[in-house]
Amino acid sequence: MFSVLVLTAIPLYFGSLAAVVGHRDVVARIHVWTGVFLPVPVLLSVLGPWGRTLRADLRRVNRWSAGELAWLRSFGRDAFVRLDKLNPGQKLNVSFTGGSIVVMLMTGAVMWWFGPFPDSWRTGATFVHDVLATFIVVVIVGHVGMALTHPASLRSMITGRVSRRWARRHAPAWADEMAAES
Amino acid sequence: MRSPRATGEVATPVGRRVFLGMVGLGAAGVVVGSSVQRWVAAALRPVTSVSGGGVSALIPGEDRFRIYTVTDSLPSMPTSQYRLSVTGLVERPLELSFDQLKGMPSTTLVRDFQCVTGWRVAKVRWDGVLISTLLDEAGVLPSARALRFDSFDGVYTESLTLDQARRPDVIAAYGFEGGPVTSQHGGPVRLHVAPMYGYKSCKWLSGIRVVDRVEPGYWEQNGYDIDAWVGRSNGRDDAPTS
Repeated sequence: MFSVLVLTAIPLYFGSLAAVVGHRDVVARIHVWTGVFLPVPVLLSVLGPWGRTLRADLRRVNRWSAGELAWLRSFGRDAFVRLDKLNPGQKLNVSFTGGSIVVMLMTGAVMWWFGPFPDSWRTGATFVHDVLATFIVVVIVGHVGMALTHPASLRSMITGRVSRRWARRHAPAWADEMAAES
Repeated sequence: MRSPRATGEVATPVGRRVFLGMVGLGAAGVVVGSSVQRWVAAALRPVTSVSGGGVSALIPGEDRFRIYTVTDSLPSMPTSQYRLSVTGLVERPLELSFDQLKGMPSTTLVRDFQCVTGWRVAKVRWDGVLISTLLDEAGVLPSARALRFDSFDGVYTESLTLDQARRPDVIAAYGFEGGPVTSQHGGPVRLHVAPMYGYKSCKWLSGIRVVDRVEPGYWEQNGYDIDAWVGRSNGRDDAPTS
């Protein structure tokens, strides 16, 4: 669904492509309704009974140790921190994505269901939507780049699994946790 | 799950802060973004183009036209072939060539271009002929009440009442920002209704028909207001903008 949003956004935003694709009303409708329904699979995954691990992961994403903050500040060069299941950069991406979904929905709603809003708010919403879209594209490029250069991580996104050896090396704090439980 | 986090070790709620921070920034941006954009656009105007394409398109948050077409491409026509017809309830139907149009008394308008969904380009310059002038040339009959505008894209139409059309800020525009109106912007000639939202300004204008009642156009048939005054229509009732 994310891809549909980004792909439909391209002709909506870039004039030269709008000229080639045309049918603005159709493209815009696809974009809007995909955006409205995007949270559905996310919420289902988190709120369903199958979401226990995901909810625990969200707690990891939120609560950072001092060591993790130091790791982030050192841009990942601090070798003394024992990393969690997700490294601080990945945790930041989750928070950023969550925030983006909400802000894009909010500003998109002002742009599409514009009736109650003054023109200056509609202009402001368009402004925020455009600026954030740019950041989102940059983050996606970084995210895909990281995935393509880190095969174990890429595989883990698809299969949901990593080897014990990988975990001990790259996510030792989490590996310890898992070992302590078994 | 006995995670270090759960045992009460001091943990900074970075996730929540980032999330809430973004939402707060987003909401603030909705309210003040319009002013920020005015400032950004004024600063960048000398070096960028509002036209909707090129490198400037990669800079978000500044004034830029979005290019809309409701058909599957942008229509275009060389100026030598262009004709603007003025027909319907008139004494002398007209069929004006591009050169004839340019030969008529011209009007320059510099106004903000406001889309009903929010995007805005400040102080856009349009040159053209007042619709009022065209109506006088054709001689409007007493039974006339409204105008219907047709586009050579074959789909888009628009309307204005006679009073609205006779305003000093409603023109058939052949000039955009000091140059010609390109096909991207609805050229060679488009309607420009300065005090109303952009959708009233029918692009690729081919004909003006003088009629006895308003015929709702393309976007009106999709639920938008017929009288699309900026700030005083489509849900709002604010003081008018520039």
